[in-house]
Parts: sequence; structure tokens; C-alpha cells
Amino acid sequence: MPNPMRMRANVEGDAVVVRVLMSHPEDTGLMKAPDGKIIPAHFIQSVICKNNDKNVLTCDWGTAISKNPFLEFRFKGGKSGDKISVTWLDNKGETQTDTTTVS
Amino acid sequence: MNQSRRQVMQLGAGATVVGLVASAGLLPVTAQAADAPGWDAKLFEAKTLDEIAKALGASATESTEVSIVGPDIAENGAVVPVGIKSTAAGVSMLGIVVQKNPTALVATFSTKDGAEPNFATRIKMAQTSHVYAVAKAGDKLLFSKKEIKVTLGGCGG
Amino acid sequence: MRLRLKRIAALAGLSLPAMMLIGACATTAQAESVTQEGNAYLKLMNEMGGNPADFNIDDGKKLWSEKRGPKNASLEQCNLGLGPGVVKGAYAQLPRYFPDTGKVQDLESRLVTCMETLQGFSAKEADKDPFAKEGGNASPLENIAMYVAHESDGMKIAIPQHDALEKLSYDNGKKLFFYRAGPFSFSCAACHAESGKRIKISALPNLTNKEAAVSYATWPAYPNSQGVARTLEWRMLACERQQRWPAPKFTSSAVIDLITYMGVNSNGATLHTPSFKR
Repeated sequence: MPNPMRMRANVEGDAVVVRVLMSHPEDTGLMKAPDGKIIPAHFIQSVICKNNDKNVLTCDWGTAISKNPFLEFRFKGGKSGDKISVTWLDNKGETQTDTTTVS
Repeated sequence: MNQSRRQVMQLGAGATVVGLVASAGLLPVTAQAADAPGWDAKLFEAKTLDEIAKALGASATESTEVSIVGPDIAENGAVVPVGIKSTAAGVSMLGIVVQKNPTALVATFSTKDGAEPNFATRIKMAQTSHVYAVAKAGDKLLFSKKEIKVTLGGCGG
Repeated sequence: MRLRLKRIAALAGLSLPAMMLIGACATTAQAESVTQEGNAYLKLMNEMGGNPADFNIDDGKKLWSEKRGPKNASLEQCNLGLGPGVVKGAYAQLPRYFPDTGKVQDLESRLVTCMETLQGFSAKEADKDPFAKEGGNASPLENIAMYVAHESDGMKIAIPQHDALEKLSYDNGKKLFFYRAGPFSFSCAACHAESGKRIKISALPNLTNKEAAVSYATWPAYPNSQGVARTLEWRMLACERQQRWPAPKFTSSAVIDLITYMGVNSNGATLHTPSFKR
């Protein structure tokens, strides 16, 4: 069971800046375990970010995002107290959603 | 989106249905039943920037309206911090491409819903390579590139 | 090297940069710029933030207050040197002498003591398999260590040297630092007793003086190549393995004394933990 995402959302100038750290192995499917067997690909494919339940950002990712992915994005029109949610879906059908409040 | 895949999902993507579609050669080779909705396996199999541009219905054009920030040398190719930005008009999507990776497209970020064209993340690089920040503006895939050297650092930190 | 060149330069009426152009110390200039590239990579990583060690800190914080062990007690009364339960600032003053155990202890050694006395874990259970393998999950002990260390983030290193045993720990650490052993007759000093050195593009900090802070003040850390949060106890083990020394015992005085030596050399510098490492 991966850790909850660590998220920070701050107002910087005229934009809300969100920084997210996700917990995910991001296995490429190209590496071998010590026993010689290929570790199957296990990586985040889709990231959906919302502000107060309204879509702000969708991302499509491949296997070349680093393990324990980090994402920084920003958008205009947000303010202190808004609720940011980040959802990821991976290639195994697993999903996770976490939220934070804009400080 | 690939029409056949949408149909598969609407049918509930039972194993037999997926199997039928796969054997009919309609599913991209690496697409899996559990793939996230809308995830384009073919796009993520592309080997070059031009292939990616073509798959997006655009042509790759170098531009000063896209920029990429990153280290000149990465001591560890598995974790390379990269920032991408665009000041061009009509941009619907930004992306990161690593020319010498087994598959070139690393990520795409859609700006259609209000996200600013300004993103940062950490990526894997298989070897020293040009890293491209790309921005789709209509039928153009604007890009800017930076060479990031990948080398082994010393002991262990 | 630099000082000698400065004198020569002064005598010759040239400025130091001019001397460097002449090629007298081209290799040092090269070494510096290359390590600057390596350092620029780490600087960019640290500026970006989002350190996976933050997850360990979250877990460690929970474990600190969790009732565990045969005594079903938490670590909340653990004395890390500033009084029972005082976590803020404690790591900045470790290693130090503890009257209840009669010895100088570092972070993990003291946590083990508390796990034994407060929670009833046996010595064997408390320090069993402390270090995860690469890419694995940190042990409960290491998670707690990451949390406690982070509670000293931004504070000045102030390792005490009052008690006779604290001074002895420093002296023994220094002796061990310069001790050549193993099949390669390798000491810590072989790589870490001079300034301006590098291995590949990683800078080799001089750990024998104030420069030690360049390294010491940034641990515990998340080395990308390890894929798991690591403390100085792990780093000493890793160094000694690379020196082809026998593996030191976890929380042995050999390891604690080395940490005291480098830590005291770093006194006054500000801690930044967790940081990124290659």
C-alpha cells in the first residue's frame, strides 16, 4: 500500500503552484531482479489534477518518469483555501487520490 | 483516441473481448487491458521526435518560445530534474522527449483545462542525450533542446 | 597547493587567475569545474524538493508515538539528550555522552536504548536488519531516525565536547579516520583529507576540518542511487565496505566515534536534512 502523496499548494504571484511527491516504483519492465527474472512494468500512466473538483491538468506518463514521481504545476484563478486533488492511475489498474488545501 | 479501444472499454473490457480484439490485430502491441483510459500506447512506443510529432498530427519545429531547464551533467541518469516552459500562443500540450531513451516520449502535460505551460518533474535517461521540451500548437510541435550528459558519480553520496 | 601558488603569484606580480591560465594548476581548475557540475545537479535536485525521504519522516513520526514492543509503550519519553520526549534539536547535538548508559551514543544507538528500556525490545530485536537493501523499504528504526533528524533541520550543529568520554570519542574517531587497514591499506583520509579532490564528477569533501560540514550537515539523506533514505550509520558502513574493511557493527563505538569526529568538525554549520545525494 503506497504512502499518501505529499502535496503543497501555495499562492505565488497570480498563480497557485502545486508540488506533489507520489509514491510509486515506476518499474520500466526492462530491469531484472536479483533472481534474473524481469521485473514487470509498473508505472503511472495518467495523472488528473483538480481545483475544487474542476479539472486543471491531465498528464500522460510513460516509464521514464523517475521512481517516486515528483510533479510541479501551476494555474491561474485559484486562491487560498481551494481544494486541490491529484489522482493517478497506473498500468495495473491501480489508482490513488490525495488532496490538499491551498495555503 | 483509437476507436476500437473505446469500444473495448464500453463493453466492460472482459478478458475474452480484449483477447478477440488483440488477435484481430486492433490493439497496439503493448496496450494492456488495465491501461488507464485514454493512454496512447503507440505514442509511448515512438522512437524519435519526428515519430511523436507525426502521431500527434504535427510537424516538429525548433522554437525559442519553448524552453527546457536541467543539469548539464546528471550524476545519476535514473533521476534527472527537468523543467519545461512555453510562451507560445495556442499551446494545448507540453511534453518531454529523450532522444536516446528506448522509447522517446517521457510525458505529456495538457494545458487545455487551465494549467500554465510550466512544469517540472524528474525523468530517467538511459544515456547522454538531447532532451527536448515540446509544445503542441495546432499543427506544429514546437521544441527546444538541451544536451544532458549522464555519467556515473563517485562513491555513494 | 593553492596557497603555494598564491605566494608564487604574489612574487611574480601576477594575480592568481592569471597563474591558472598559465596552466600551473589546470587540473585543479578542471577538477573544480567538473565537481561544480556534479554539485549543480545536486543543487537543482535540492531546490526542486519533493524528497522521497519525506515519506520516511511521515512514517517515523507515527512510529514515535505508536505503542510497540512487549511493554506496549511509545517512544514519547525517550531522552535523546535534551530531556525525555524532547525531539526538536536533539539530532544537532548527537553523538553525546549519556549518564544512564555511561557511553557516547549517536542517533540510532540512543533509539535502540529507548526501544529496549521503554518498549521492552531485546537488544537483538531492536537493532535487527536496520538497513533495507537498495530500493527497499526502510526499517522502523531508520524511519524513526529520519523523523528525529528532520526535527533538527535548519538548526546549527552543536555536538558537545565537555565530558571526558565525548573528547575521547572525538580522538578515537580521528585516529580511526587516519588508520590504514584492509587489503588496500585504505583509510578514510586517503580520499577525505584534502580539499579540491573528486572521484569521477563527485566532489570528495575534506572531512578533517570545517569543510566536513559540506557533507555532514546534509545527512540523513536520500541517495538516488540507493532508492531508500539513509543515515550516517549506513554511510559509515558503505564507506568501510568500499575501503574493503570488515563490516562495522551497527552502533559500534567505531562508527559512533567517526561520526563524532566529523560532526564536531562541522559544529556551527546548519543542518539540511533530508537532502538528495547521487
